[in-house]
Amino acid sequence: MKPSLRGLLAVFALLTLLFSPWALAQGTLLNVSFDVSREFYREINAAFVAQQQQRGAPELRIDMSHAGSSAQARSVADGLHADVVSMNTVTDIEFLASRGVVAADWRQRFPHQAVPTTSTMLFLVRQGNPKNIRDWSDLVRPGVQVVVVNPKTGGNGRMAYLAAWGYVRSKGGSDADAAAFVRQLYRNVPVLARGGRDATGVFLQRNIGDVLVTFESEVISVEREFGVGHVDVVHPSVSLLTENPVALVERTVNQRGSRELATAYLNFLYSEQGQEIAARHHFRPRNPEVLRRHAQTLRPIRLFTVEQYFGSWAEAQRVHFNDGGTFDQIFEARR
Amino acid sequence: MATASTLVLEGTAAPGGRKPSAPQARPKQRAVKRVLPGFHLALGYTVFYLSLIVLIPLAALILKTFEMSWAEFWEAATTPRALAAYRLSFGAALLAALFNLVFGLLLAWVLVRYTFPGKKIVDALVDLPFALPTAVAGIALAAILAGNGWIGQFFEPLGIQLAFNPTGVVIALIFVGLPFVVRTVQPVLQDAERELEEAAQCLGATRLQIFWRVILPTIIPALMTGFAMAFARGVGEFGSVIFIAGNIPMVSEIVPLVIIGRLEAFDYQGAVALASVMLLFSFVMLLAINALQGWQRSRAGGGL
Repeated sequence: MKPSLRGLLAVFALLTLLFSPWALAQGTLLNVSFDVSREFYREINAAFVAQQQQRGAPELRIDMSHAGSSAQARSVADGLHADVVSMNTVTDIEFLASRGVVAADWRQRFPHQAVPTTSTMLFLVRQGNPKNIRDWSDLVRPGVQVVVVNPKTGGNGRMAYLAAWGYVRSKGGSDADAAAFVRQLYRNVPVLARGGRDATGVFLQRNIGDVLVTFESEVISVEREFGVGHVDVVHPSVSLLTENPVALVERTVNQRGSRELATAYLNFLYSEQGQEIAARHHFRPRNPEVLRRHAQTLRPIRLFTVEQYFGSWAEAQRVHFNDGGTFDQIFEARR
Repeated sequence: MATASTLVLEGTAAPGGRKPSAPQARPKQRAVKRVLPGFHLALGYTVFYLSLIVLIPLAALILKTFEMSWAEFWEAATTPRALAAYRLSFGAALLAALFNLVFGLLLAWVLVRYTFPGKKIVDALVDLPFALPTAVAGIALAAILAGNGWIGQFFEPLGIQLAFNPTGVVIALIFVGLPFVVRTVQPVLQDAERELEEAAQCLGATRLQIFWRVILPTIIPALMTGFAMAFARGVGEFGSVIFIAGNIPMVSEIVPLVIIGRLEAFDYQGAVALASVMLLFSFVMLLAINALQGWQRSRAGGGL
């Protein structure tokens, strides 16, 4: 009995050591990222590790963590030892900056405001587009059912909301017009999904709704999961430019001395190879040449930024999505 | 019961061995000595462990609420969306618990009083909602109850929508709450003596009278406990509900989802306000359950 107990304790101690952050060797990085970037970063990581090995760098392993973007930001703020964070909204990294986990000037640390790739919101409709949905204005037609994510629980939903709002503004409408339009749109919503993947499931597995408003990058995962030809992609006349920002986690890179490696990793996202991989996963690359090469899938589309119509991300969050904001008012009026 | 405790007593007395060579003194000792060494140590450990696992995390929640003023707290806890969510969470949990009260009793009755092939399997199935990850339950329920699902397809043409509305929430809560009623009522029914019923029958009681006057009074404390537990579970349930609720604010959004929504917006305080309302409620519920269990024990002890 006694030796086995001692053995058990030894194993336990070993495991504790292995999983403690200090035991992590220099040659590892933890990238904490959002839910649907899984396949994209799998390919990026393999390419980056190969590139480092070619340069004769020591053995390297990149660990990933995926969940909802804001949930990830909270875990990093609460102490998850991420070396780098890659999110799908600027707000999430601004939150980390406000906690001092990320440098205050993180926007200046990498090219293009620390945003290596962008995306946009488009529509997925059932094969053959039976309801003939072409643009945002079709989503408020009576009898059209729209599946979107709840802006309160998913960044995807916030983007869809702001994109619909901005569509009205881009046509010269006032904020009041936009509010009326968005209210009309949410009347056509049968299910408010919790997150992007949940919405895709509702639309395709439960067969609910005529149109799914989601990230451009979700198209590829739909085709992978459900096969090509189930859905048609519709590019609206105008949509929102969404950003996928990245940043170093100062706390971790200082503690573990991984600043150089983490910086190289994030810079790799801007390299032609990294941009090419991004384009293949339907994230819009910053490199214009790579973007041109993928014009077939990443079709040119008129995009507006959040700053154009909403001031800033923080402002948009405060006015529209905080408790008592415009989104709440839309639903409170329904009762 | 008695034999078990004496066994433990002797078992612990031997290796502990403070006074192994005093067999004459033993009967005297046994009256004083407790199963676990040292009342102070046992109590101290209990309090320490309970603090570590339960009280400290909850204290953090309560401390966090003190960062708000009372007005802020009240405002965050009573927004129209929060009120609608309380209504749904508590209302659906109540309905589901009432449903389980009736059908759980029925199930327990069948399991105790009848033998039939496959009874062991049915008995085991009752516990399944305990073990199954609730998210799995939610996805499975949504799949069969949706308009294109096995069951949903028969209701959809009738204009009855089972999933993605409050009905779906109630169904999910019925599923997760069922074992609570069955498992609290079952042992009491098992212990209830059939002779009492037979005696009542001999004295000319009708079947309804037997049920009303003999059976129900015996099991009612257990039934209430099971009901309260199923209700409490339903109020706190998250995983199974979000997949089937449709999550439309003001219509089919449960409280835990509102809390998560606030966290997504980094509104910790707003989330904590709702969480502490839920905490207060669960605490009241559990006090009620404890009182019911006390009542049940006193009745079982005195009545039978």
